[in-house]
Amino acid sequence: MTDAGRHGRRDADATGPSYLSAGHSLRSWLFTLDHKRIAILYLISVTAFFVVGGLAAGAVRVELIKPRGTFMSNEMYNRMFTLHGVVMIFFFLIPAIPAVLGNLLVPLMVGARDLAFPRLNLLSWYLYTAGGLCALTAAVSGGVDTGWTFYTPYSTFYTNSQVTLTIAGAFIAGFSSIATGINFIVTIHKMRAPGQTWFRLPLFIWAQYATSIIIVLGTPVVAITLLLVVAERVAHIGVFDPKYGGDPVLFQHLFWFYSHPAVYIMILPAMGVISEVIACFSRKRIFGYHFVAGSSLAIAALGFLVWGHHMFVSGQSMYAGMVFSFLSFLVAIPSAVKVFNWTATIYKGSVSFDAPPLFAFCFIGLFLIGGLTGLFLASLATDVHLTHTYFVVAHFHYVMVGGAISAYFAGIHFWWPKITGRMYPETIARIAAVILFIGFHLTFLPQFVMGFVGMPRRYHYYPPEFQTLHVLSTAGSTVMALAYLLPVVYLLWSLRYGRRASANPWGATGLEWEIASPPPTHNFDSPPRVTGEPYDYEALCLSENPPTDARRRATCDPTASEPRATGERSDGGPS
Amino acid sequence: MNIPLLPEQASSFAVEVDAIYFVLWALTILFSFVVMAAIGFLAFRYRRGARVDRSRPVHSDLRIELIWSIVPLVIGLVVFAWSAHLYARTRIPPADSMEIYVIGKQWMWQMQHANGVRENAELHIPVRRNIKLTMISQDVIHSFYVPAFRVKHDVLPGAYTELWFKPTRVGRYRLYCSQYCGTQHSQMDGWVTVMEPDDFEKWLAEGGSEIAPSAGLVEAGRKLFDQMACGSCHGNTARTGAVPPEQRGGSLNGLYGSMVRLKGGRQVKADEAYLRESILRPNEKIVDGYWPIMPSYEGQLTEEQVIQLIAYMKTLGKADAGRGAGASPATSVPLVPLVPSEPSSPRRLARQEGSAQ
Amino acid sequence: MGVRPVQSVPSVPSADAPDDGSHMDEVAHQFESIEQQREAYVVGMWVFLVTEIMFFGVVFLVYTVYRSLNHAAFYEAHKQLDIGLGTLNTFVLLTSSLTMALAVHSAQTRNRRAQMAALLTTLALAGVFLAVKAVEYSHKFAHHLVPGDGFAYPDAAIANQARLFFSLYFGATGLHALHVVIGMLVLTVMLVRASLDKRSRADYMPVEMTGLYWHFVDIVWIFLFPLLYLIPR
Repeated sequence: MTDAGRHGRRDADATGPSYLSAGHSLRSWLFTLDHKRIAILYLISVTAFFVVGGLAAGAVRVELIKPRGTFMSNEMYNRMFTLHGVVMIFFFLIPAIPAVLGNLLVPLMVGARDLAFPRLNLLSWYLYTAGGLCALTAAVSGGVDTGWTFYTPYSTFYTNSQVTLTIAGAFIAGFSSIATGINFIVTIHKMRAPGQTWFRLPLFIWAQYATSIIIVLGTPVVAITLLLVVAERVAHIGVFDPKYGGDPVLFQHLFWFYSHPAVYIMILPAMGVISEVIACFSRKRIFGYHFVAGSSLAIAALGFLVWGHHMFVSGQSMYAGMVFSFLSFLVAIPSAVKVFNWTATIYKGSVSFDAPPLFAFCFIGLFLIGGLTGLFLASLATDVHLTHTYFVVAHFHYVMVGGAISAYFAGIHFWWPKITGRMYPETIARIAAVILFIGFHLTFLPQFVMGFVGMPRRYHYYPPEFQTLHVLSTAGSTVMALAYLLPVVYLLWSLRYGRRASANPWGATGLEWEIASPPPTHNFDSPPRVTGEPYDYEALCLSENPPTDARRRATCDPTASEPRATGERSDGGPS
Repeated sequence: MNIPLLPEQASSFAVEVDAIYFVLWALTILFSFVVMAAIGFLAFRYRRGARVDRSRPVHSDLRIELIWSIVPLVIGLVVFAWSAHLYARTRIPPADSMEIYVIGKQWMWQMQHANGVRENAELHIPVRRNIKLTMISQDVIHSFYVPAFRVKHDVLPGAYTELWFKPTRVGRYRLYCSQYCGTQHSQMDGWVTVMEPDDFEKWLAEGGSEIAPSAGLVEAGRKLFDQMACGSCHGNTARTGAVPPEQRGGSLNGLYGSMVRLKGGRQVKADEAYLRESILRPNEKIVDGYWPIMPSYEGQLTEEQVIQLIAYMKTLGKADAGRGAGASPATSVPLVPLVPSEPSSPRRLARQEGSAQ
Repeated sequence: MGVRPVQSVPSVPSADAPDDGSHMDEVAHQFESIEQQREAYVVGMWVFLVTEIMFFGVVFLVYTVYRSLNHAAFYEAHKQLDIGLGTLNTFVLLTSSLTMALAVHSAQTRNRRAQMAALLTTLALAGVFLAVKAVEYSHKFAHHLVPGDGFAYPDAAIANQARLFFSLYFGATGLHALHVVIGMLVLTVMLVRASLDKRSRADYMPVEMTGLYWHFVDIVWIFLFPLLYLIPR
C-alpha cells in the first residue's frame, strides 16, 4: 500500500511517471495504447454527446410547454426527439460506463498491465467517434424523424429524412461496442492476477463480464437489422414490404431482440458501480456476493428472452404475448435480489455520506421506481393501455437516467481521484446529488400521471388538459439540468485546484487502490498476487502493516469521528 | 390548475384494468418505501462514528436470499396471471360483435360501418354493444388508442388487426394514433361518440355524418364482384343450384368461417386474412384439388375495395341472406379436373349445409 | 480458473531454425507469457466468431421466415439457381478448408515452405469460388433477376415474391462473398508474413486464427447452399 501521494507528488511511484504525464502531445493521446488514456478519450467524447443529447431534450421540453408548440414545426420536433433518443442511447448510455469506467478499471481490477488487445481498444474509440460524427452530420444536414426505433415501413419508404446516414452512425458505433465487449471477455478470462479466482473478482468485473456477453450476442443482430433497413431504402429489396411478401413487424422483432438486452448493457455496469461504492462506503463486504454475481448473469440470459414485451399490441400473437409477459416478470427478480443485497450490506456496516454513496442511494431510490413501473408494462392488460404513452417514457427515464446516469456519476466521483489524482470538492458534490434526486422526480413523476390518462408519446401537439403536467415536467427538467451542470463545473475545477489524492483516499479494497493516483502507465510491474476475498475490510485493518496514517486508522475504527479523505488541509478548513 | 389524474372508465374492461394498475402502484409504493426506509434507517443507525454493535457481521444467508427471491416472484406471477387472463378476454371478440372497419392513413382515421356510413376521425357507436374493429393501414404502422376504453392495437399495412370492446357509458372520448407515423402523428386524433342504442340507430339510418349515404359495404362488394368478374371462375353466386361444369375456382358459398383443406393436407380457417390473401396472393395457399391458376389482384384493388369484397363474401351461403329465392345451399361438389390424371377430392371439411359460420 | 500457463502445442523445432520456445520478443507487453498471449487470441477469435454467427444468423432467420411464408413462390424462383455451380463451389470451399488446416499444421511444425504452399492453394481456391460466384451472378444479370429497376420475372403471379427471394439470395451470398474477400486479404498478409520470416521464428498463432476464421466462412456456405439451392418441394 503506497501513500506516496500524501505529500502531493503524484508521480513519485517506484514504477514510473503517471500515465497522465507520459507524453503531452496530441499524438501521444490520439495514438495511445494505454487503456487509461483511451478511457479519458471516451470520457471527453461521451460527455460531448451527453451535452448534445441533453440540449435536444431541453429543446423538446421547452417545446412541450404549450399544447400547440412553442417555436418548432412538426418536422423539427420529430427530428429533435429522434436526435435525443439516438444520441443518448447509442452514443451515451451504451458506451458510458463500459468504455469510460470499464476501460479504466477492468485491467486494474484484475491486476493486468492493460486490456488483452490495446490496439483493438483504440480502434473502438475511433469507430465510436466516426459513428458519432456520422450521426451528427445527419443531424445538421436535415436530421432524421423516425424515432430512435426506426420502425418500418415509415423509415424505409415514407420518410425523406437522413435515415441512412444516421443508421451508418449507429452501425459503426455498434462495432465499437463489440470491440470493447471482446476485449473485456478475453481480459477477464485470461489475464486475472495469480490467485484471483472468479469468486475473488470485484462485482464490477462480474457486471462488465455479463454486459460484454450481451454486447457480443446482441449488437450484431441490430447491426444487420439496420443494414436491412438501409437496403430496403436504397434498393427496395422488399424485406419489410408486404407487397413483396415481407413483413414490417419482423423488423420490430429483430430490432427489439437487441434493443431490449441493450437496456441491460446500460444498467448492468451501473449496478456493478453501485456494488463497489456501497461496499466501500459501508466498509463491508457486499451481502450475498455470489447471488449478486449470479444475478448479473441471470439478467444477461433472461434479458434475451423478453423482447416481445415491447410488442404486445403490435399484431404479435396472444400466446407469444403471454410467454413474453411471464419471462418479463421473471427477469425482474435478479434486479430485486441485487437491491435487497445492497440494503443488507449496510447492516452492521460503517456508513459515510460522501458524494459517491449519495449518488448510489439516488440510484437505488430511482431504480426501484423505474424497475417496479416496468412491471406495469410487463403485465399484459395494463400494458395495452400504457404502451405508446408517457408512462413508458417515464419508466425508461427512471431506469436509464435516474438509474444508469446516477450510477455513472457515482462511479465518476468514486474513481475521480484514481483517474486524475485529484479530489473533487465534497460539499458541492453532495448538494448536486440531492438536487439531482429532487429534480428528477419533478421532471418524470408528472409523466406517469399523464401517461395513465392517455397522453401518447412522440406527440408534438397535445390536448390542452395535459398542459399543466407538461409544464411541471419542464420546470423539473431545469432543476435536473442544474444537477448535471454542477459536476461538469466542479470536476473541471478540481483538475487544477482540487486536493491531490493519495493512492487510496477512500480506504477501499481492490487492486486499483493499491497503486498510485493517478497510476503509472504500466499499472503493475508484475501481477499482484490475490490471496483474500474481495471487500475484505476486516483484513484491511488487521493486515500485518499496522495502519500508520490517520485516515486508515480512522476508517478502521468505526467509532472514530467522521474522517475526511486523505490530504485534508491541516487547518481543518472546508474542502 | 386543472390536472387530470384518472382517465374515464367507459368500457367493460376499464374497471379491471384499473384494478390491476392500482394494485401495481400499491406494490410499487410499498416496496420502494420499505427499501428506502430500510436504507435510510440502516445508514443512519450504522453511520460512521455511531457507537453501535457491529460485531459478527453477516455476509450471506441462503435462507433470506431464497425468501426475497421467491416471495416477489410469487407476487409477480399472481399479477401476471390475473393480467394475462384479462388480456386473453380482450383479444377474443365475442361472436355477436358489431363489426366496424377502420382504415388508418397518414394522418387520419377512416371508419366504415356495415351499412356503408363512413366517418373521418370520428366513431359513433352504441352503448352496451360489443364492438369489433377490423383495422388496416394504407401506408405506415399506426395505432388505434382510446384511453377511456383501455384498448389499443397497432394498425398495420398489408394485414388486418382487430380489437374489441364494450362501451358502458354514453359520452365522447378521445381517440389517438399512438404509433409514431410521421409529420402529423400528433394531429391524427379524433373522437369516439357513444350513444344510446336508439340514438345510434337513428344516426346510422340517417347516414351518419355524411350528406349522401353511399351503398352499404355488402352491396358495394357485390357490385365489385360482378365488375371484376370473379364469378367467371367462382360461379355466379347469385344463382342457386348447381355450379357450372366449367367452373375453375372453388365455390364461395359458405366459405367464410369454414375450414379449408389445402394441398399437402394442411387445414386453415377461411377468415378475413385468408380471404384477403387469396385475393391478393392466391398462390400462397392452394386449396386441395385445385390448380394454382388464379391471377393476383395485388395493385388492382384498394384496401377499401378488398373490405367490400370480403363483406360481400361473408353473406354468401347464408340461409337468411335475403337475396332472391333462397340462398344457394352449400354443397360439396367434386372438382371436375382439367387434366384427367389429377384425382378429384372433396374440397372442404367440417362444413354444415346452409349454416352460417 | 487461473492464469497458469497451459502448454497448448508442443513446439517442434525444425531443421533451419533453433527455437527455445520462449518467444519473448513476440509477446506483447500486457501479457506475461507466450502461452497467455496465445490463449487470449484464441478466446478473442472465438468471441469474434460468435458475433459473426449472430450476424449471419439474422440473415438465415429472415430468409427462413420468408421462405415459410412464401414457400410456393420461393420454390419456383429457386429453380433459377444453378445447383451444379453451387455444388462445385461447395467442394471448392471445403477443399480450401482442408488446405487451410494444412497451412496451420505447417505453421505449428515450422514447415515454412509447406505453409506457404498451403496458404497459396487456399487463396487460389478462394479465387475459384469467387470466380464461380461471378459467373452465377452474371447469369442473373443476363436474365433480369437482380432486384432493382431491371427486374423481370417470367411468372407474373409470383414476381413480387420471387423478387424478395432474389434480394435475400444476393444479400446472403453477397455478405458471404464479402467475408471471403476479407479472408483472402488476411491470407495474403499471412503469405507475405511467412515469406519474410526466413528463419521460421514467427509465432504460428496468427495463422491458426486465420484458420478459425476461414473455417467459419466455409461453414456459413455449408448452411447457405442447402437453404438457397436445395429447397424441397
